Amino acid sequence: MSYLSQLLEIVIAIALAPLLSGWVNQWRAWLQNRSAPSLWQPYRMLHKLFNKDSVVADNASQLFRAVPYLVFGCMVLATAIIPTLSTDLPLATAADAIALVGLFALARVFISLAAMDIGTAFGSMGARREMLIGFLAEPALLMVMFSASLISGSTSLTTIVETLAHRDLAIYPSLAFAGVAFTLVSLAENARVPVDNPATHLELTMIHEALILEYSGRHLALLEWAASLKMFAYSCIGLALFFPWGVAEARAPAVMLLALPVLVLKLAVGGVLLAVLETLSAKMRIFRVPEFLATAFLLAVIGLLVRLLLGN
Amino acid sequence: MSNWPTPTSWLHIDGVLALVAAWLIVGATGVFALHRFRFVSRVLFPAGGLLGLALFGLALDAALGTPEVAVLPIGLPGLPFHFRLDSLSAYFLMVIGATSAGISAFAAGYFRKGEGTPPGLLCLEYHVFLASMALVVLADDAYAFMVMWETMALSSYFLVTANHRIAEVRKAGYLYITMAHIGAIAILLCFGVLQANTGDYTFANMRAQSLSPFWASAGFLLAVLGFGAKAGILPLHVWLPEAHPAAPSPVSALMSGVMLNTAIYGLMRVSFDLLHLRLWWWGGLLLAIGLATALFGVVFASVQTDMKRLLAYSSIENMGLILVGMGLALIFSAFHMLPVAALALTATLYHVASHACFKSLLFLGTGSVLHATAERSLGKLGGLIRSMPWVGWLMLLGVLTSAGLPPLGGFVSEWLLLQSFLFTPGLPLPLLTMLIPVVAALIALVAALAGYTMVKFFGVIFLGQPREEKLVHAHDAGAWERAGMLWLAMGCVALGLLPTQFIQLIDPVTRQLVGAGMGARAVGSGWLLVPNSLEQASYGPVVFLLGILGSSALSYLAVRKFYHGRLRRGLPWACGFPWGTARMQDTAEGFGQPIRQIFEPFFLMRRELPTPFDAQPRYRVTVEDRFWRWIYVPVIDLANYLARLVSLMQQGRISVYLLYSFLTLVTTLLVVMR
Repeated sequence: MSYLSQLLEIVIAIALAPLLSGWVNQWRAWLQNRSAPSLWQPYRMLHKLFNKDSVVADNASQLFRAVPYLVFGCMVLATAIIPTLSTDLPLATAADAIALVGLFALARVFISLAAMDIGTAFGSMGARREMLIGFLAEPALLMVMFSASLISGSTSLTTIVETLAHRDLAIYPSLAFAGVAFTLVSLAENARVPVDNPATHLELTMIHEALILEYSGRHLALLEWAASLKMFAYSCIGLALFFPWGVAEARAPAVMLLALPVLVLKLAVGGVLLAVLETLSAKMRIFRVPEFLATAFLLAVIGLLVRLLLGN
Repeated sequence: MSNWPTPTSWLHIDGVLALVAAWLIVGATGVFALHRFRFVSRVLFPAGGLLGLALFGLALDAALGTPEVAVLPIGLPGLPFHFRLDSLSAYFLMVIGATSAGISAFAAGYFRKGEGTPPGLLCLEYHVFLASMALVVLADDAYAFMVMWETMALSSYFLVTANHRIAEVRKAGYLYITMAHIGAIAILLCFGVLQANTGDYTFANMRAQSLSPFWASAGFLLAVLGFGAKAGILPLHVWLPEAHPAAPSPVSALMSGVMLNTAIYGLMRVSFDLLHLRLWWWGGLLLAIGLATALFGVVFASVQTDMKRLLAYSSIENMGLILVGMGLALIFSAFHMLPVAALALTATLYHVASHACFKSLLFLGTGSVLHATAERSLGKLGGLIRSMPWVGWLMLLGVLTSAGLPPLGGFVSEWLLLQSFLFTPGLPLPLLTMLIPVVAALIALVAALAGYTMVKFFGVIFLGQPREEKLVHAHDAGAWERAGMLWLAMGCVALGLLPTQFIQLIDPVTRQLVGAGMGARAVGSGWLLVPNSLEQASYGPVVFLLGILGSSALSYLAVRKFYHGRLRRGLPWACGFPWGTARMQDTAEGFGQPIRQIFEPFFLMRRELPTPFDAQPRYRVTVEDRFWRWIYVPVIDLANYLARLVSLMQQGRISVYLLYSFLTLVTTLLVVMR
């Protein structure tokens, strides 16, 4: 049973991740008075890219070709260990909250190295900016995780979710701080608007697009898919930490059936909120980003201190 | 554990001393073959490497055994050398043995003819250095300890100045030996305090003393000063980024990867073994120093443009992290939270081992790059992964370990350290409970910045286009060098994937030092590393790795199955800009620019900016250490001032000196007459 729920979770994550991107894009278009692309557009895009030849620069090393698969693998593992549908996950014992942050860092390092591999100005610029965002976002994310860990006395994601889901419904100050910090971090980590613009190809402003600029065909498809998996994973972390209700537990496997529609509903609402947030804000200059992320870091630490001092 | 027949007369410590003696013999042989380059490099260095391997095996076997002692009647009459092999020394011997085996194999292929010191002499210095490090760890009285400590400092001084024809190298060596001696004085004073006026300088006697809190604190502070100078803590770090890069690369590897650990060993020996008292503020002090050192090291590492200096600063950072772990262990053991103290200490010792592996590996890699390109400046390298695939891929493993990424060695220690932070709510002091999570946050920041630095390091050297014409033809490392690096890279991977097995070896050490261990629990769970209980936290690196590789492989196969594997080669896309050259890539300066901007107040920066009217525009930024201005320059000025005062007396005329002698004689007579 537990292996079934593990497998189901991975399959659902891989299948639903592009849909979430499509949903957010659709809402963004509506909010900006544009006619929206279809909900299935990301899938068509992936299909098109997979069908195309991959054009690789002459001087690309093996690393460049291996990275899309590795990054995709990292993201699959990330979605596998986050309790989205069920907390009964065999793989989740292999990696806790700290290892999850490490996993995202691993993917980031790989993709940055691949961006530097060809040796174009854009690639190394993208790598530098990605690492800049990473080194501030990573500790902030870790502190958010720590706040939740202190509440549940555990860094195991499944235990965190089970503990948080059983608490009384109330606003906890430490989690409120952590929640705001987490929102800021996930905007930055997923290349969303105030930090990066997923729709831009303007050379001087792009971060994520600069990283994957040299990729094409199936490699690009995998990286795009990995990016949407990352967004899916982050959304699921947010839901798991701040809205953990409805996730099936080992004791009640039947709830799995109910968990999927609940998850879809929660993601749909989250996606709309993301689109609203992106529409309302404007992109920042790159050197405002450290301030933005430092705010997130401080908020996360404050959340931690609130938990330690006030005990809630 | 051992399959050997162990007669009652046979002790591990005898074997270890025999191996050390063999190292000395190998070194001495080098003197008789001063210029026989092939003999030294193909016979003596590999022999030294094998001895290192044997030492590793022997220490591995001794780690789980009971302490053994030996007394050698060398040294002064009536003052023999005492040696003792317990779990703590066995653990550090393991690190020394395993790391030096890899470095010696590399050194066999590394040294070239006609580089400063003749090869035979280098061989002597190198093996004396190894032997003295092993004996420092074994020493059981202050006398033997100090003799070995000084031998270590001197032999490494000569190794640092191997290329003594370069003025910069001599200067670095001078700075190094000065700082080493300031540290040695503090250590000597520390032992003086610890023996508590008994006049008996054996460690056994020091253990038996129960000092008052004041004297114990004095001893501890002196130990922090003395061993800290060797470990490169703030603000005694200035020698490290000068001396480590100046040495030949295998020596840099030995100094960064192994010698720094002896300082950690000394501090552990004094604060956990020789002193019985544990005051929580000792731990707090170590925590603060360690944190400042780690932050300083990583911020400076990220803006360096010389590859070996970058690694030296990264060593400072890692020493800081190790001190943080030790401080945490001290705090917890001061409050008798022994299992948590054991957890923090395990993290510390684990980091010692993984730092030894990855830092040696990285330094060796820079040696290969240096030989292939004759270039140390990051701004002139690039694209080497294509011409030097062996070095490149092995270095990638080292870089990932150094960045603390799962599932490699560096992550395990980071993970354990962060786990022990989670126990701080149990501390009785509210101040500490509040401050320590902030420390955890900063540790996370340091780890993330280390990732930044390592991406810069690897990306600029090995990826991208070669920035100079000659790099295209750079040759890969030879077989010996590959073997050495492969051994160390295997260490990084093994430390990452088999944490429960390695914690078995650390377990007796933590039992000896804080009276608790985490071994039994960690092992009971097989492949999973479980510090406390499965509900609380677990980490399974093998499953983790298989998860990534498995899903990567599956996605690869799926793409091949459902689509195709067609690949075309072409020019880089670069947004359709066809005139891109290698010089348009980010240089090391460019990559470090965001860090320079964010942490600007940390640095003493000098910028030379071009104007639009320059015929040959130049852009240059130098980043310097403020501590040099704040602390060292005043001290140097004071020394110069005093020296000038003294020079007033030195007139250089015989008559004046005769007058001095006369006055001295009269004064002495007056004193005697009384």
